[in-house]
Amino acid sequence: MTAYFIQAFIYLCAAVIAVPLAKRFGLGSVLGYLIAGVVIGPIIGLVGSETNTLQHFAEFGVVMMLFLVGLELEPRMLWDMRNKLIALGGLQIGLTTAIITAAGFYFGLSWSIALTVGLIFALSSTAIVLQTFNEKALSKTEGGKNAFSVLLFQDIAVIPMLALIPLLALPELVEQAQAAVGQAAQQHEELSLVAGLPGWAYGIVVMLAIAAVVVGGHYLSRPLFRYVANSGLREIFTATALMLVIGIAALMSLVGLSPALGTFLAGVVLANSEFRHELESNIEPFKGLLLGLFFITVGAGIDFGVLASNIGPVLGITAGVMLVKALVLFVLALIFRIKNSDRWLFALSLAQAGEFGFVLLSYTVQNHVIPTDLAQMLSLVVALSMFLTPGLFIFFDKVIVPRYEHSENDREADEITEKGTVIIAGIGRFGQMVNRFLRANKIDTVVLDHQISQVENLKKINVKSFYGDATQPDLLHTAGIEDATMLVIAIDNNERAVELTKYVKHTYPKVKIFARAFDRGHHFELKHAGADFIISETYHSALELGKEALISLGVHPFKAEQKKATLRELELCYKDSLFESWKKKTEDSKYSAHFRELFIELETAIAKAMKSEHFDEQAKVERGWTPPPKDYEEKINRSE
Amino acid sequence: MPEDKKKILVLFAHPAQERSEVNKPLFTACQQHSDVTAIDLYREYPTFHINIDKEQQRLREHDVIIFMFPLYWYSTPAILKQWQDLVLEYGFAYGPNGNALIGKTFLCAITAGGSEAAYQSEGYNHFTVRELLQPLEQTASLTGMNYLSPFVLFSARNAVEENRVNAHITNLRHLLTALAEDTLDIETARSLPVLNSNLSDLFIA
Ligand SMILES: Cc1cc2nc3c(=O)[nH]c(=O)nc-3n(C[C@H](O)[C@H](O)[C@H](O)COP(=O)(O)O)c2cc1C
Repeated sequence: MTAYFIQAFIYLCAAVIAVPLAKRFGLGSVLGYLIAGVVIGPIIGLVGSETNTLQHFAEFGVVMMLFLVGLELEPRMLWDMRNKLIALGGLQIGLTTAIITAAGFYFGLSWSIALTVGLIFALSSTAIVLQTFNEKALSKTEGGKNAFSVLLFQDIAVIPMLALIPLLALPELVEQAQAAVGQAAQQHEELSLVAGLPGWAYGIVVMLAIAAVVVGGHYLSRPLFRYVANSGLREIFTATALMLVIGIAALMSLVGLSPALGTFLAGVVLANSEFRHELESNIEPFKGLLLGLFFITVGAGIDFGVLASNIGPVLGITAGVMLVKALVLFVLALIFRIKNSDRWLFALSLAQAGEFGFVLLSYTVQNHVIPTDLAQMLSLVVALSMFLTPGLFIFFDKVIVPRYEHSENDREADEITEKGTVIIAGIGRFGQMVNRFLRANKIDTVVLDHQISQVENLKKINVKSFYGDATQPDLLHTAGIEDATMLVIAIDNNERAVELTKYVKHTYPKVKIFARAFDRGHHFELKHAGADFIISETYHSALELGKEALISLGVHPFKAEQKKATLRELELCYKDSLFESWKKKTEDSKYSAHFRELFIELETAIAKAMKSEHFDEQAKVERGWTPPPKDYEEKINRSE
Repeated sequence: MPEDKKKILVLFAHPAQERSEVNKPLFTACQQHSDVTAIDLYREYPTFHINIDKEQQRLREHDVIIFMFPLYWYSTPAILKQWQDLVLEYGFAYGPNGNALIGKTFLCAITAGGSEAAYQSEGYNHFTVRELLQPLEQTASLTGMNYLSPFVLFSARNAVEENRVNAHITNLRHLLTALAEDTLDIETARSLPVLNSNLSDLFIA
């Protein structure tokens, strides 16, 4: 136990030191983790053999990441992508594999080994690329979207690769390993539902598993989440989310499919669910930590001994592979008309080999396709290329982007619309009205509420709404607060509304805040916190009722309308000075008990102001449409 | 033969009725007339949000349209302008299919602070009321309505003191009846500077 604690502490420590440093120097978190890994692994030697086991565990971060990616992709969007996915991804894998295979053959590898190496290097790193896209907000760019299509296709392509590789086994390697074969077979025989099934039955099982994920995700998840949400226990919701992801991963592994693909599919199915944001904010931290761990293990796994003795070939192959991959991607970008800096982003971001490379390499060794020493060297190539990727992103940021900055400014503006432009926190009676009004005017809204019944009622009438606590920073983040133009705060908790205003104004100063206040005190607090527009919830309805009362008592409706406007103006006149005196009072006195007295004071001040000369003047000698005096013509005639 | 009667629509615009000395009783007279639909525009649309469909339907249902208002800066009060801008749409009041108003009769019943003498080329207002209302006259022409000369109460600020209001109201009642029963000499009514002078001569027995 003690050993675990120490190890965990070392990993965390390395991450805590290295990652913020890397970010500070603009290197991105991925490079930070990698460096941390190198330091605690090969350099200081604090960690060692366990990294391999850890890596398998940490690969689960990739699974979670694909689940989150799936959540962001509605089924319709995925369907719209299908052509690009197949054409772009297929060509990338095909061309890259072909060129690398040819090169391997040229350098004297047997064709089967060359082909295996080609397949392995055709894959890119979903983990690094998507994480970096996220961090640098590149996911929604053309380059980012296309890169994602390719990554998704690669993830799918891993499955046939796993089927193909054993067929390439080398007879002499098999012979060599004959002795150890029993052991190897045992290792290979993991828990499986499909081992030994005939082809058609295997097909059926796979279809059933996928159907289970889709149908279950669609019909069962909602009642389940509702049941859990109603309990009001946050950690149980987190447990449910984890259960879901891990369960799907297990199911997929059992039928021999990629867990990442399975959870991705589940994510897509849940993309339309009202629980999407809550799921995202629950899974996100796990994903981040596991991915970080994964990157550390990549760094720690670099074997400096092997590297030192093969430094020439390793560097050469790495450079060669990255060049080939980048070139293929660049040509594809030309063919598919990906323009400007996006073309570069597409080519540079996917130029590395990926984490599936490790998996496939150990798999090929197990299946006697590649000799161990070659696999070890290639493993280094994969790691090194991943290590260099953050450098390529920095190159993209510092060199490529500035070159295209001008030509792209106009175009980027209209891509923001994807996330709701207005986030409405709190969808009670007040928030609902605001939402209806904005949507009726074609404004995109994202609605958040912590009461599942409200969210469900709205879902029924087709309002896009999500379950979750709007005052949680991570939920706001997943709701897209960075890209939102406005946050409407209509939650039913005074203090939290103020806190939320403070937080958002501080963290995202560009987001406008329109807030609903309960009374004048709350109004002032919100104003103090920085809200851009505040309305007291009863103000207009009370005025309106007063106006209708006047009409019913015989005042002409137009007149009553003017009276109402006059009263509003008067209040407005006094608002600022009232606010100032409120501010002074609150800053002076420590006890909120003083508020009440203060407001009584303020109300008296307003009442007094209304009776003042100024108001009387407006009320009696009315200014609007005053006819000229009776004898005005004489005066005009005289002056003529 | 009541079914043969023309239907009259009075659109009344006065933003400060609690201080109105002449328009208010004039409008009341309209409300009491059996052949008249009397609409107080400021009452119906205190926020100026005019219901276009409703107003167009009203126009379709009536044969005589009367704008009734105090002269404000030689023109109508704001809401009547708003009403024109919104209701007289292309395709309804003018344009290829815009024939809803063709053949109807249109006139203004107004009150003016200035005296009749002032509304002459030699007077301090330099133009006659008919001249000043030419935008409305042309609007009637474009929409195919027969424009009658305006029914005016001059020196309206002194009308109560000089006991002229009741006579004016009586004249208005007669005018409305004549319009409803179609016993008005339209040709003459179109050509006069104002309708008031010798109004009784215009009634065909
Ligand atoms: C805003 C305003 C503008 C006016 N402009 C004119 C004008 O241009 N010519 C004129 O003769 N009288 C003008 N007057 C006087 C009104 O026409 C007069 O007060 C009205 O006809 C009296 O009717 P009432 O007692 O029903 O309000 C104006 C009055 C107001 C309040």
